[in-house]
Amino acid sequence: MAGAACALYAARAGLDVTVVDRGPVAGGTTGAGEGNLLVSDKEPGPELELALLSNRLWADLAEDVGEAIEYEAKGGVVVASSEHGLAALTDLVAAQRAAGVVAEQVPADRLHDLEPHLAPGLAGGVHYPQDSQVMPTLAAAHILRASGARLLTGRTVTEVLRTADGAVRGVRTGHGDIHAPAVVNAAGTWGGEVAALAGVSLPVLPRRGFVLVTEPLPRRVRHKVYAADYVADVASDSAALQTSPVVEGTAAGPVLIGASRERVGFDRSFSLPVVRALAAGAVRLFPFLEEVRAMRTYAGFRPYMPDHLPAIGPDPRVPGLLHACGHEGAGIGLATGTGRLIAQVLGGKAPELDLAPFRPDRFEEEAA
Amino acid sequence: MNPLEPARAEPGPAFAVTLDGREIAALPGQTVATALWAAGVTSWRTTRGEGRPRGIFCGIGVCFDCLVTVNDRPNQRACLIPVRPGDAIRTQEGTGHEH
Repeated sequence: MAGAACALYAARAGLDVTVVDRGPVAGGTTGAGEGNLLVSDKEPGPELELALLSNRLWADLAEDVGEAIEYEAKGGVVVASSEHGLAALTDLVAAQRAAGVVAEQVPADRLHDLEPHLAPGLAGGVHYPQDSQVMPTLAAAHILRASGARLLTGRTVTEVLRTADGAVRGVRTGHGDIHAPAVVNAAGTWGGEVAALAGVSLPVLPRRGFVLVTEPLPRRVRHKVYAADYVADVASDSAALQTSPVVEGTAAGPVLIGASRERVGFDRSFSLPVVRALAAGAVRLFPFLEEVRAMRTYAGFRPYMPDHLPAIGPDPRVPGLLHACGHEGAGIGLATGTGRLIAQVLGGKAPELDLAPFRPDRFEEEAA
Repeated sequence: MNPLEPARAEPGPAFAVTLDGREIAALPGQTVATALWAAGVTSWRTTRGEGRPRGIFCGIGVCFDCLVTVNDRPNQRACLIPVRPGDAIRTQEGTGHEH
């Protein structure tokens, strides 16, 4: 998705773009996500700024391809089950509002106006009207098509070609060389491998997540609804399994249930304890789900960076190499802003957000 | 060979189930799908989007095309669930949750 968005904005800036993917479109993390475009789960800081920019850009894109990519500006609802949780959520909301997020506190007795099927007895919640959703596979495909970029799928980049003085001059693939003065590494969870081909380190690690998919239902879950402890899980550095219920309906009918996080490498094996925990958490939020059948699950690997910020922008270690990866679980949402910033850098303009927090070489300094 | 006839099988006595209230005969060991096929029914669901007819596609529980309502529970895979005496099988429209 990040690559597709980079292609779109770079092509719009007048650049000649070729997209190379070792698999099919959306064959990696994009196709394993839920398509969330969230501001609600982000604490104030550079990631939230990027999310706000990205959400505006998604809304612009939706004017052309919104229906095709199942864009829904449906809003998010975060609920707290205890007074303690609600107090923490209230603090977060105050800080988010100051950063430009639209958020309305919803007292316990009004939660059911927003979500009639929510469990009783919750302490309260917050409504985030800016939270939106797309169907990520469709979004990547339609945005690639809209970009007009040359698309080469099923081609693995085996080498980053460099000039004698070290600058990038293209990539080598199993099907030949592609010459270009700039290469954008948008390989998601595998971004560290592509960086290594260019001789630089980028600490992208996989953080596994499962999603549980129910049978198609009439619209019973109107927003993206999740428990307040999800924000803490997202920000956590732990490698151990964490689950917090995230429930949302989709345009196609099935309800998607997340979210689990664990660092187990690229292990794709199914985990019954994880999906059991997801199902139990979802039923706590929406008791009617107990009677609903889960059809399937899917798993994916979020591109996790040690400080939870993506790597965006030029790599000072290799002239001509840029990175647009490491967005963890927010890559669909943050893709548009990322693409816009990359296109601005490629076009020689000043990026509209400060790229310093996203510098790809920031971890090297720490190590040194 | 007639696919509607058992091939060297010796099933127990037939029992009755209903499809939309109409009685049909089923044999022990059949799934809902095979019972419906044996009764000459090949379609028992219509799609959510365009109302197109659906029945067995993969037949092994993978594709979720053969969904059916049995005893008021919608979206069960007809190819996997064993048919039981007295089952009330209903053709399913849309998500199966709309009425």
